[in-house]
Amino acid sequence: MSGLQILWFLLLAVLFIGFFFLEGFDYGVGMATRLLAHNEDERTQLVATIGPHWDGNEVWLITAGGAMFASYPLWYASLFSGFYILFFLVLFGLIIRGVSFEFAAHAESARGRSIWRWALFCGSLIPPFILGMIFTAIIQPLPIDAQGNVFATLGNQINLLTIVGGVAVTLMCFMHGLNFIRLKTTGPLRARARQYNQVLSWVLYAGEVVFALLVFFFTDFFAKRPISTTLIILLIVCAAVIQHYGVLKDKELVSFIGSGMGLALVVGLIFNGLFPRVMIAQNAAHSIMIADASASPLTLEIMTGVTCVLLPIALAYFIWSYVVFHKRIAPKGNA
Amino acid sequence: MAMIAGLSVLSLARFQFAMTTVFHFFFVPFSIGMALVTAIMETRYVRTKNEMYKKMTKFWGRIFLLSFAVGVVTGIIQEFQFGMNWSNYSRFMGDIFGAPLAIEALLAFFMESTFIGLWMFTWDRFKPAAHAALIWFVWLGTTLSAIWILSANSFMQHPTGFAINQATGRVKLVNFMAVISNPQLWVEFPHVVFGAFVTAAFAVSGMSAWRILKHDHVEFYKKSMRIGLTIGLVASIGVVAVGDLQTRFMMNDQPMKFAATEGIYKDTKDPAPWAVVELIDTKNHTVKDNVDVPYLLSLLSYHKMSGSVKGMDTVNKELEKKYGANKNYYVPVKTLFWSFRVMAGIGTGLIIGAAAVLWFSRKKKDTIENKRWLLYLTGLALWLPFIANTAGWFITELGRYPWVVYGLYTIADAVSPTTTAGELLFTNIVYFLIFSLLGGVMIYYSHRVLVKGPDGPLDTDYGVAKDPFAKEAFAK
Repeated sequence: MSGLQILWFLLLAVLFIGFFFLEGFDYGVGMATRLLAHNEDERTQLVATIGPHWDGNEVWLITAGGAMFASYPLWYASLFSGFYILFFLVLFGLIIRGVSFEFAAHAESARGRSIWRWALFCGSLIPPFILGMIFTAIIQPLPIDAQGNVFATLGNQINLLTIVGGVAVTLMCFMHGLNFIRLKTTGPLRARARQYNQVLSWVLYAGEVVFALLVFFFTDFFAKRPISTTLIILLIVCAAVIQHYGVLKDKELVSFIGSGMGLALVVGLIFNGLFPRVMIAQNAAHSIMIADASASPLTLEIMTGVTCVLLPIALAYFIWSYVVFHKRIAPKGNA
Repeated sequence: MAMIAGLSVLSLARFQFAMTTVFHFFFVPFSIGMALVTAIMETRYVRTKNEMYKKMTKFWGRIFLLSFAVGVVTGIIQEFQFGMNWSNYSRFMGDIFGAPLAIEALLAFFMESTFIGLWMFTWDRFKPAAHAALIWFVWLGTTLSAIWILSANSFMQHPTGFAINQATGRVKLVNFMAVISNPQLWVEFPHVVFGAFVTAAFAVSGMSAWRILKHDHVEFYKKSMRIGLTIGLVASIGVVAVGDLQTRFMMNDQPMKFAATEGIYKDTKDPAPWAVVELIDTKNHTVKDNVDVPYLLSLLSYHKMSGSVKGMDTVNKELEKKYGANKNYYVPVKTLFWSFRVMAGIGTGLIIGAAAVLWFSRKKKDTIENKRWLLYLTGLALWLPFIANTAGWFITELGRYPWVVYGLYTIADAVSPTTTAGELLFTNIVYFLIFSLLGGVMIYYSHRVLVKGPDGPLDTDYGVAKDPFAKEAFAK
């Protein structure tokens, strides 16, 4: 295992963290259009909070996918083909979500708009749930052959841990979205989002205990890396506490950072437990290792150089766009 | 290999790739071109301060945003598809193919998605010149994205800068500069990007022509039409000129593809005539009932009045010698032959048409409204670039058969070993249904934008009703 290989393993984690942190609240806002908003005006207000950002946020997933293809082609190939139907469902969700914003703006009848608003809701629910399933499926031993092909059975894809994983990621995205709504709106939605998170914080604690137990029974994380795994799980709970504190004290930025950290740490837990593997096989000899799965040193060097130049530039205008749209969105009639 | 209803995994995966790429590629060139057209319109607004150009920018911008949305969501399928359906290909090619995709995301996708969000919502916030700069960044992003994805495609057409890793049998990057200075890329990219400008330019002029025929906002649409046709004329001359370069590169690089686009089995006489039409018998390797233009193929191929062109049977012998006699090197001849004629015919027709309409709508003597037949033709011409784009891809991709990476890796080897025919059949059906829906809705909403006209609601406000008399304002 070379230093560059480790660097790219970490960079992939960073890209997925960026994706879950940013697109996480996007999905949460999308879920809130049905679960929090009471009428079309409130839905419009919610959609306006992510209107200029959702597309850029989604690019983090596309970048993570592309970077995985570039730096770990063998991981990319095994993962995406192994979980064929699950990735198809993610795509399905992303497609109906991606067009819903523009199509809803063109819909002339209330019914037409309602269809695309439902597409936004479903498209915001499916991807985090399925991605949660995929990420918790790959930390369990899978049937992998010597060529790295994953012959995942239904039980590998749908079991107690993957369902809890899917629900957990969805819940965390929803709460993260609610915290974003508290930051970006004024009026009744802001207050209601806080009330929701007061209750959901307790659900999250309970979920995290169940999740930690399932990780213990379903994966080798505690056996292979007892200290770091325990530490990260404790940090996940800390993040939930920070989030809860922000809700109770009505410190909106604190709770937003807390919920975002929670999502980031879940990605951290998974990457930490996988290391030095990228896919875990039931037959340990067939596990796909960082050392074998990566692209050549030259490709990694070039990608490192390119990323060092391009990522800061992209980040600069990406952050600038959030500065431009820093204002809160008011409910209709109170602009 | 697993089969379902007589369909193999390989054929289903190939069908899926063709379907998703062709559908995606309706919207990609349209978006790249519309970004340019919109940017040019807004720049004219900045220069002239004429409010009509602002209205024009917003109006055509709405249609641009619709196509952009569909382009984005169909593009994600492409990135995932390589891993999902073509995992062996991804393993074989990952060292070279992944990098352009990752760079495309970092360099181009971040740019276009961030700046499009800024552009949509900041009409009242920035000074006109600064706001116009935003749409130019969007255009830059879309164009940079084309460079990187085509550099990946160019490697598949003409591999450069690589070695085969003896231990794994996979492609290994040796020279990155050779990958991005691939000669295939620098004939393919300008051809595609000019084609994109053509697509949007004639879509704008075509839609405008329909409205002029209805006597609706004639001045507005006439101006739009002339902008469209001016861009269209320049770009279609560009696309044909670069197409000539590309064809002559292909003739030496992939002679089977070239011979198939000309429908030649036996080496031609010298000088070679060009077949306008012919009936091809793929079983017996013969052609009949051909209508030829003497000298033309020599002229096109070598830019001189002499020279013979190699036929497929000769090329096949060469390929068998080079890569072994165990493969079929004949490409789908009829598809290539007719695709080329459709593409080249459309390209030439558009140049003539654009020049004619520009001439008859010139400022000094504007008689275009009296030439309704010409407006009808302009209206119909809006569909032609889409057909030409698709035909172009058929030639490029089908003409590479049996290779997925030319000379290195076959399509049959590339498919995922784990995917089942049932899964692929299911996803094919769902994709087909979604695409039909998205395409239909996109066309319907674009049509509604046109019908509502430049005085209709133009801000993409995601449903915030700005019009105090709108229905929503009275609800509850």
